[in-house]
Amino acid sequence: MDRKLIGKRVVRNEDPRLLTGHAQFVDDVQLPGMLHAAFLRSEYAHARLLKVDVSKARQHPGVVAVFIAEDMGKDWQPGPPLVSPPPTVKDVVFHSRRQVPLAKDKIRHAGEAIAVVIAESRYIAEDAVEEIEVEYEPLPVVLDLEKALEADSPLVHDDLESNLAARLSQKKGDYEAARQQADVIIKRRIVIERGAAAAMENRGIVAHWDAQSEHLTIWDTTQAPIPIRNGTAARLGLSEHQVRVIAPYIGGGFGPKIMMFYPEEMVIPWAAMKLNRPVKWIEDRRENFYATTQERGQIHHVEMALTRDGRVLGLKDDFLHDTGAYDPYGLTIPLNTQSHNMGGYDIRNYSSEFKVVFTNRIIATPVRGAGRPHGIFVIERMMDAAARELGMDPVELRKRNLIPPEAFPYEHQIIDQAFAPLILDSGNYKAVVEKAVEMIGYEKFLKEEQPRLRREGKYVGIGIVPFIETTGVGPYEGARVTVEASGKVNVTTGIGTQGQGHFTSFAQVVAEQLGVKVSDVRIVTGDTSEFHWGTGTFASRGAVVAGNAVHAAAKSVRKKVLKLASKVLEAPEEELELGDGMVRVADIPQKAISLGELAVLANPLRGAVEPGTEPGLEATSYFGPQYGATAFGTHAMILEVDPETMMIKIRRYVVAEDCGTVLNPLILEGQIHGGVSMGLGNAYYEKLHIDENGQLLNASFADYLLVSSTEMPHIEVAHLETPSPLNELGAKGVGEAGAIPVPALFAQALENALSDRALEILEMPLSPNRLFELLKER
Amino acid sequence: MKPAPFEYYAPETIEEALSLLAKHGYDAKVLAGGQSLIPMMNFRLVQPSILVDLNRIAALGYIRTGEDGGLRIGAMTRHRQVETSPLAAKRAPLVHAAMSKIAYPQVRTRGTFGGSISHADPSAELPALSLALNGKFRLRRQDGERWVPASEFFLGLFTTALEADELLVEASLPPMPPRSGWSLQEVARRPHDFALMGVAAVVTLNEQGVCTEARLVFISAGDRPMAAERAAETLKGQAPAPEVLREAAEIASSQEIDPSSDIHATAEFRRHLANVLTRRALEQAFQRAAENKQEG
Amino acid sequence: MQQTFELTITVNGTRYQRRVEPRMLLSDFLRHDLGLTGTHVGCEHGVCGACSVLMDGQPIRSCLIFAVQAHEHEITTVEGLGTRDNLHPIQEAFQEAHGLQCGFCTPGILTTVKAFLEQNPNPSEEEIREALSGNLCRCTGYQHIIEAVQLAAEKMRA
Repeated sequence: MDRKLIGKRVVRNEDPRLLTGHAQFVDDVQLPGMLHAAFLRSEYAHARLLKVDVSKARQHPGVVAVFIAEDMGKDWQPGPPLVSPPPTVKDVVFHSRRQVPLAKDKIRHAGEAIAVVIAESRYIAEDAVEEIEVEYEPLPVVLDLEKALEADSPLVHDDLESNLAARLSQKKGDYEAARQQADVIIKRRIVIERGAAAAMENRGIVAHWDAQSEHLTIWDTTQAPIPIRNGTAARLGLSEHQVRVIAPYIGGGFGPKIMMFYPEEMVIPWAAMKLNRPVKWIEDRRENFYATTQERGQIHHVEMALTRDGRVLGLKDDFLHDTGAYDPYGLTIPLNTQSHNMGGYDIRNYSSEFKVVFTNRIIATPVRGAGRPHGIFVIERMMDAAARELGMDPVELRKRNLIPPEAFPYEHQIIDQAFAPLILDSGNYKAVVEKAVEMIGYEKFLKEEQPRLRREGKYVGIGIVPFIETTGVGPYEGARVTVEASGKVNVTTGIGTQGQGHFTSFAQVVAEQLGVKVSDVRIVTGDTSEFHWGTGTFASRGAVVAGNAVHAAAKSVRKKVLKLASKVLEAPEEELELGDGMVRVADIPQKAISLGELAVLANPLRGAVEPGTEPGLEATSYFGPQYGATAFGTHAMILEVDPETMMIKIRRYVVAEDCGTVLNPLILEGQIHGGVSMGLGNAYYEKLHIDENGQLLNASFADYLLVSSTEMPHIEVAHLETPSPLNELGAKGVGEAGAIPVPALFAQALENALSDRALEILEMPLSPNRLFELLKER
Repeated sequence: MKPAPFEYYAPETIEEALSLLAKHGYDAKVLAGGQSLIPMMNFRLVQPSILVDLNRIAALGYIRTGEDGGLRIGAMTRHRQVETSPLAAKRAPLVHAAMSKIAYPQVRTRGTFGGSISHADPSAELPALSLALNGKFRLRRQDGERWVPASEFFLGLFTTALEADELLVEASLPPMPPRSGWSLQEVARRPHDFALMGVAAVVTLNEQGVCTEARLVFISAGDRPMAAERAAETLKGQAPAPEVLREAAEIASSQEIDPSSDIHATAEFRRHLANVLTRRALEQAFQRAAENKQEG
Repeated sequence: MQQTFELTITVNGTRYQRRVEPRMLLSDFLRHDLGLTGTHVGCEHGVCGACSVLMDGQPIRSCLIFAVQAHEHEITTVEGLGTRDNLHPIQEAFQEAHGLQCGFCTPGILTTVKAFLEQNPNPSEEEIREALSGNLCRCTGYQHIIEAVQLAAEKMRA
């Protein structure tokens, strides 16, 4: 297909609004009579809640109400299970324990909400929170994943026999047999710790109950407005059509904004109805560290079986996954880990069992990568260990094991996070690896530069890490495309948007079909009154799933345009061309009509209509992929470390990426850059430090360290395109890709830089202090 | 995160401020640039009942040459003013060079010299540098004033010689003698973070290239800026040979500092860094001293 | 009774008079009392930089100053740069270089960059990185922001 707009560096439609401060974020919503909420949160990570005395707080001037769990009566119910219970994999165990609106009887993580104060201002609400008196009976805390499963561990949920939340095993081939044939067996224990998603915008909710029209409107920083609407209606006994959820401009999502229902999402709309006044709650940064979901805690025991010439015969990985105090998000993260443990390699024998563990920490739900960085960290660390053991070049070892292009679609014989068979749809993995090798100048660096730098006293290392990313999973998304009388096009879709450029990439897809300017296509997302079928923005699926729905709807509208124009212009459809907002008869430029005029003709005010016709130039389409599309990429870096101070500097960073058809390279590169910065955080900067009582020690941006402009390297990006056969656009997702390989890459480059110290890194994140300790052990 | 209520006063003269402090004593908290105080108030870790805001006192903002040829800095002088002051660059190059390491541009617009000194954060640069330069501070109260040398001003974690009714109004930083050199070495997680460890070195050589004066002061190395006097003593009377610097670094890092462990670094790592950074600081300071014939 | 103060402040060239409690942060005052919601609040402890505005032309954290302290001062927020139909060259550059994604941190970056480029019209990449060190962005990895600042500098020099 000859593409005029898809694949072009089109600047974004949404930018002028954002750049002038006129884009509406949730905290920008101001309603007459609006009240402000602040939550009292538990100081303890694990405790019995003996008494909550809110009498003083209720008397505080300016306070309208204070609610605790008991005040909610029958409306006090745990949140729904977000992802349906797991499938019938043999011997699966799954105990569903879900978060509650306000804690009753027992506290299971520090920061769990106990009471909400609703007052005339946030300042007053916070004053009154300090006047609530709580009696706790502290309980021993469950933090360590391994100890949590010991028989004498305290229990997070008293009604369960242990802290085991779930267990699932998957097997491919016969690992034990492969092990028997192997020349080399490598075993490691790998530890991955938690970090925060830390979107710049904290969460927030405004709820407005209009008692006259009996309509509830909720502005919510959610990545999934439609499920929030449906769930809220069910919780509050309303029709879904009485509830409108708007996810306006969102200041970054990165996963946690799709957790649902957060306690605040259950409490604030309820309170607004109860008080019959609009209520706003805006999470502050400290709350964000205590009350917004996090990710990445796992411990792996992994084993790799290889032949002497570097062929991986099999992999075994048994791991523990920290779900925190509850598990509403099911098994998404550990299933993703299980699906990425084999990377892009042709590994025929695989055995993996994970155990999901309840701990006294905030709930774990996906954060950019969602279990994938763990899988890639594990396999790539093992590859590096194997390369050392075999005395092989690490890139060569990888190339020998990559899935060859002719093997696609490649069936892994296990299930993925969507409970669908894990099938890698398409790719040309070796070409991507070779591109990265060439861009970074691998051979030259090792042969010439590294020895020279070493002679100058500099410790500089190189790393190259390939990875897969399963993306674009179902079930489906939908879109409605309408040509308006102005000739401009309106597109509505159900997914929310958090900065991914949907206002532009979707507009490009539509403009390509309808021959209009990208800037004349208006996109509406995240408003359930505009479009109310869909699931949300997650799993790098926006461009793939919603993008293809938009594409399909645009194509249907194109058909309608051609059909009507053919009649009006008295010319066969095949002779018509769309461009510049007009339909023209090819070779007869004066025979033309604008899309706007056609839209008017398609929606007449008077006159007879042929039976069976629908009004307007409008179409609604849905797209649901058979299974997810899998992207592939390779990152490489050259890193310098000062082994006296443990300070690092990344001298070069290159990315070769194949995410299928590129819709907009500008946006794509932006996604990758951002992902890499988060990945670097996971590698060396971002760690949630928790003490033995389950208290977070760095609940601020002063101590939880995001990568800033001074640490971030310049990134060179190359695109290779292997279109996905699973959708018409050929798209694969990329939203999480940037973050996935970085910790593994960082570890590899650091080991390479310090090769004379025989350093081995089996944990993420590292830090200067931890690196100092590791080097001391050597 | 909103601050608790407080009573607010914004005096326009030093005298008014001093009278407010005399009246309210420890109930009052002085608000200078607010870049450390207001975050703590927003977190409600600090809930002063009375704030005395110095930002309207124009008389407290200045940088000028002292009678001794050094630098006089008014307490409400912003970091940004020092950072962009040619006079500061000339008269107190060590302090001037440190300014860009203090937090971020937006914080330096508001943050003040006197505020940083009075706050006495052992992880901050200005207290340590004032000590390294043998600086002193002018403290005023309603009925008088006194000068307190930096060596007697910092008493502990966020604790100074300031009495409840006293205000730090000025810092005086004496000039370095000819053939002096300086260095500030820091290791921070990110360049603009508080240093995990930092050291300021100020050294003076005689015409024979022998060290006659040396000061070493550490950042994030104890409950206050930590001066390593014994290490400095070992340098005196010696030419700055590598083994001499190594010995000084060893003494300072193992005996004269008292770093603690926190989430970013253990005490052991901090001592290690102190050793490395002392050596580097002394190398650079002696190098500069050898090149620097001028007073500066 | 809470003490309140009569505050006179010029924001983006408009003079406002309002009565405020002394504890009201300037960020909240701008957003909620004046309805200038372009200034965003990301941390309220002075690290993220989303709330950066200009006071008398210099960048400050509006979460680390009480509104009452801005009495008789001039504030510039993102709304004081260009308009949607007539973007400021910095805003244009950010669109052209894709220097924003979710756009939440952007207003604080734009105001900071405005003051920076006025003082340093031809900065090096190193200086740009330093100037942006107090503005966290979780989306872009900064690369396109840095390119946008370079482009803005070119536009403003022309």
